[in-house]
Amino acid sequence: MIADANNTPAVEAIGLTKIYGSGNTEVVAMKDVSVTLAHGEVVALLGPSGAGKSTFLTAIGLINPPTAGRITIGGQPVMDADRALVDVRAYRRQHLGFVFQKANLMPFLSAMENVSVAMEINDVAPRDARKRAMELLEYLGVADRADHLPDALSGGQQQRVAVARALANRPSLILADEPTAALDSHRGRQVMELFRKVAHEHGSAVIVVTHDHRSLEVFDRTYEMEDGELRSHPSSP
Amino acid sequence: MNLATKDIRHNFGRFALTTVGIGMLLMIVMGMGGIYRGLIHEAALFVKQVGADIWVVQGGTRGPFAEVSRIPANLEDRVRAVPGVASARRFVSHTIQRQHRGRPLRMVVQGLSWPEDRGDWVPVTAGRPLRQAHYEMIADGSLGLLLGEKVKLGKDVYEVVGLTKGMVGTGGDGLCFFTTSDAEAIQFDVPGEALRLERAARLSRLEGMDLGRVTPLLSERVIGQASELPALAPPQVSAIMLTLQPGTDIAKVAETISTWPDVTVYSRQQQVDLLLSGMVDKAKRQLGLFRALLIIISAIIMALIIYTLTLDKIHDIAMLKLMGARNGVIIGLILQQALLIGVLGYGLAYWLGTYAFPKFPRLVVIENQDLLSLGVIVLGISVFASLMGIGKAMGVEPNKVLS
Repeated sequence: MIADANNTPAVEAIGLTKIYGSGNTEVVAMKDVSVTLAHGEVVALLGPSGAGKSTFLTAIGLINPPTAGRITIGGQPVMDADRALVDVRAYRRQHLGFVFQKANLMPFLSAMENVSVAMEINDVAPRDARKRAMELLEYLGVADRADHLPDALSGGQQQRVAVARALANRPSLILADEPTAALDSHRGRQVMELFRKVAHEHGSAVIVVTHDHRSLEVFDRTYEMEDGELRSHPSSP
Repeated sequence: MNLATKDIRHNFGRFALTTVGIGMLLMIVMGMGGIYRGLIHEAALFVKQVGADIWVVQGGTRGPFAEVSRIPANLEDRVRAVPGVASARRFVSHTIQRQHRGRPLRMVVQGLSWPEDRGDWVPVTAGRPLRQAHYEMIADGSLGLLLGEKVKLGKDVYEVVGLTKGMVGTGGDGLCFFTTSDAEAIQFDVPGEALRLERAARLSRLEGMDLGRVTPLLSERVIGQASELPALAPPQVSAIMLTLQPGTDIAKVAETISTWPDVTVYSRQQQVDLLLSGMVDKAKRQLGLFRALLIIISAIIMALIIYTLTLDKIHDIAMLKLMGARNGVIIGLILQQALLIGVLGYGLAYWLGTYAFPKFPRLVVIENQDLLSLGVIVLGISVFASLMGIGKAMGVEPNKVLS
């Protein structure tokens, strides 16, 4: 865990609530969720399907705004209930990184291009973007596959490229939704350790939604979600 | 990084096939315009090439290019007497279709007023103009006749002494130039039996009249040649073409001849206008409608293809949005692909056309102005085609990545 100079948390969510529908059809997907993450902290989020994990992740990822609550990232308030306090799209590309169960690489771009495109849409010069993309691929051990299309990469290699893409713009927060679900246990553990390494070396906070209980020791803290409520998992320190 | 070209490279087969399809459609659109221009060119070609300043035609008619026009051949002598007229030529023209070398030979028989007009104005690409009063012809290359080849038309055999290129009538059939008397001989050729029957009919009609019964010598005349019977008019011609002396006021000469009640007078430009406003105008509207339909079809096909290409990328577009890509990046991706298909299709259409159009049976004239306007239309339909895809892409939510 890396402390910010001013001890500003990497991300702070207070009282997040998400309600779908209204009246008889009202569904509370997330109920008064509050969490604070420090820079470089890696947090696991467990829970059964439908517990509200993805709702939490998309809310904090500025994809699907909460019905109530506040989100602050790097000390800057970004969301007050469903009202965006920043240009969310610009904020996502500058401060957030995403990794999913599927790598979601663009099939028409090479591994290196999949990483550099994240920087180019953030106005990084193409040459600089390619250079950093290569550095990230080297860091993640897939530099030798830089020129290959996703089809030519194994599942683990694709997921590493996806992690490199998430890291491209040096985000404050990386959100990972079951990133190891499509991988075998060995590869899954490698990816989880990768998140830890990335968080500690780059200072990004990482939230990983996972069902994989075998790698929980990798995380600094573990939370569990059930019926839209967040609580500490017994394994959490 | 240009995402549009990267995607095209990845889906090159589909993109190439689409572009070829659009290119061929655009080639047809281009060709339709070219055929229309070709019609105008061919229709006006003879009138412009023959060099007549004034056309004298049957009174009350629009002349031989619009309807049947019949005037006596000796009108040629009458108009020569008008001050300012340098020369007068008979215009004899008709289309025939005969069998030659086992295949149909369709041509426009064009009479030249021998000896004043030997076809020296005809742009001969091989051989020479006419040098004798009978049995020679100048043929257009489109008819497939060879220099020196002999063609039997009616009872006579004509030798091809000259060849032209691109000299065709308003119907697209190749022009063949003969002396006027040969042209009339071909036009009025009838079988011997028909002649014998006609003479017998004349005799029968004569015998039924008082004059025939009291003047038996007449019966010998009526069964002779038609040209020896003063009661029968000599073959008529379609028009008389006048060439005026240099510096002569065309309007003044036309005005003079217009006072004759048996003829109507047209200037060269009026003849061209009559041609274009008649048969060519209908062809123009027909081709115009076809072009409009094809452009609409091209736009619809392009829109569907671009829409399908966009649907294939919906997940990637959602991912781009999730990563925070601006709308411009996504619009650019779709619009650039539509424009590339349009521009490459247009280029392909032009390239294919340069090979295909010369092989068309009718002349295809592609003018820069038409190329430019089609180019603008292609850009327009490319933008239109991308709108549906862009609309779909703009509606995609970034959380689609999670599904």
